Amino acid sequence: MTAPLSPPRLLPSGDAAITVEFGRNIDDVANRRVLALDRALADAPIEGVTEAVPTYRSLLVHYDPVRIGFDELGERLTTLARLPVPPATGSRRWRIPVAYGGEHGIDLEDVARTLNTTPNDIVARHIAGDYRVAMIGFTPGFSYLSGLDDSLQMPRRQNPRLLTPAGSISIGGLQTGIQCLAGPSGWHLIGRTAVRTYQLHRDPVFLLEPGDAVTFYAIDGRQFVEQDRAAARGEFVAELVTP
Amino acid sequence: MSKLLVTAVGPATSVQDGGRYGAQRYGLTPGGAMDRLALAVANCLVGNPLFAAVIEVGPLSAGFVAREGKVRVALSGAERHVEVAGHPLPFNQSCTLNDGDTLTLAAARGGTFSYLAIEGGVKGEPTFGSLAVNARAGLGSPFPRPLQVGDALDVDAAKPAAERRVQLPALSGDPIRVVMGPQDNEFGEAKGLFLESEWKVSATSDRMGYRLEGPAITHLHGYNIVSDGTVNGSIQVPGNGQPIVLMPDRGTSGGYPKIATVISADLGRLAQIPVGRGFRFRAVTVAEAQAEARAMAEFLRTLPDRVREVRDPDITDALQNANIAGSAVNALDSET
Repeated sequence: MTAPLSPPRLLPSGDAAITVEFGRNIDDVANRRVLALDRALADAPIEGVTEAVPTYRSLLVHYDPVRIGFDELGERLTTLARLPVPPATGSRRWRIPVAYGGEHGIDLEDVARTLNTTPNDIVARHIAGDYRVAMIGFTPGFSYLSGLDDSLQMPRRQNPRLLTPAGSISIGGLQTGIQCLAGPSGWHLIGRTAVRTYQLHRDPVFLLEPGDAVTFYAIDGRQFVEQDRAAARGEFVAELVTP
Repeated sequence: MSKLLVTAVGPATSVQDGGRYGAQRYGLTPGGAMDRLALAVANCLVGNPLFAAVIEVGPLSAGFVAREGKVRVALSGAERHVEVAGHPLPFNQSCTLNDGDTLTLAAARGGTFSYLAIEGGVKGEPTFGSLAVNARAGLGSPFPRPLQVGDALDVDAAKPAAERRVQLPALSGDPIRVVMGPQDNEFGEAKGLFLESEWKVSATSDRMGYRLEGPAITHLHGYNIVSDGTVNGSIQVPGNGQPIVLMPDRGTSGGYPKIATVISADLGRLAQIPVGRGFRFRAVTVAEAQAEARAMAEFLRTLPDRVREVRDPDITDALQNANIAGSAVNALDSET
């Protein structure tokens, strides 16, 4: 199958960034094209481009408008986006422990009520998922995962919370995520992990990369406390399963 | 080596510089000064690289004292009454504190952030190339948090040299210019309402985002989009219809539709609009916005040529400068 790739949409994000949009929905094909363009740009840098930020469905390309204009950069990005997308390679897989519900996931019961089921059923369906890191963003290490069961989809909260705990595992729309730092969020909090996807004085500082595979398993509150201590010492806590 | 000791400080005062770039792909926000032009001016006056680390002083009053030697400083940005050892210090002019001299800053008038540059810069350990405080990520040096009373900053002893000053064009009160998009197609007639209405900066605003108060901006297809990347100046509209302008401590991605983006040349001017003051937006093309960005870069490139030595820094001179600054602020106030 060699269907021609449709050109991406080039949307201005002000005068110093272009959103190169491959799709409007959460879609693995679009995400693979995003990551492919990101790699192509890293392999053949364009003068004036300052950094690129892959997301689910678009690559945000920051640039210096003194060195390159919107039209020229847009043309060059369109050309790079025509390159064939390399096949998905065997990615790393992480097993990540989560304490679900109660004080660790204050919205689990609400989510279960909204979806007309039980908290245990929500947890079972969340653990059953086979996820992939589609992007990292919002706050350091916040990993957005694709692969959420359609039946767990929840609209975001109308009024975002100003402060949510570090390590929150949450659902927003068709996305589920691992939040590393305490901060604002409009998503529904269903659990917490001790895994630090970002830790300054650890090697690597950022644990997950876009494209990594992720599965979750449930732990209790006591295990969470033990793992949290280990993570504070710099241990990964997450298990790395090599392909 | 001298020291600058913090003797009084409100919230939202922290070490900031040009920002921390290159790790937005991991969610690390750039941070850095809210008003880059004022950052550059303050640094230029004390002979620093334009985007070196300074103290970004929030809207409330603050106080400092020089210890263990002389310290050269300069202030730019939001005007406020400033005294050095009891004598008024004009904005946009350097000054040398003697050992033991106090530097007192009153609350800001007609602005939000002032920039206190120190000759030789702030000393610290950069992370990802920057000293800028990002309290949420635990980054920033010498303190990974806003400044507190009792903090002592290591600084260079002032070199013997004439003081310097620069005349700046008065701050414009014109509308804040935006480029529409990237998701303006998520809005119908609300786009007109957004451009025609008067907006006010809410008191809940901070270095992450300026929450705006005005008419509700309604979405055509709901307020959930698939999260994508943000920039300084992205204007996202959450479910309550009240826009949020994303500022340097923003999240690197967000899932609310972005109706428009503040142009880079106007972002510092927006950052300086005080809580409660009305302002408007105006749409421009990408080409116009890029012409403004190039003009701003050219202004910064020629900034060192605009600096003059202060040959006779007597009190009359200082008062005259203070009056010029005061009338610029009054002109802004009268437009609202």
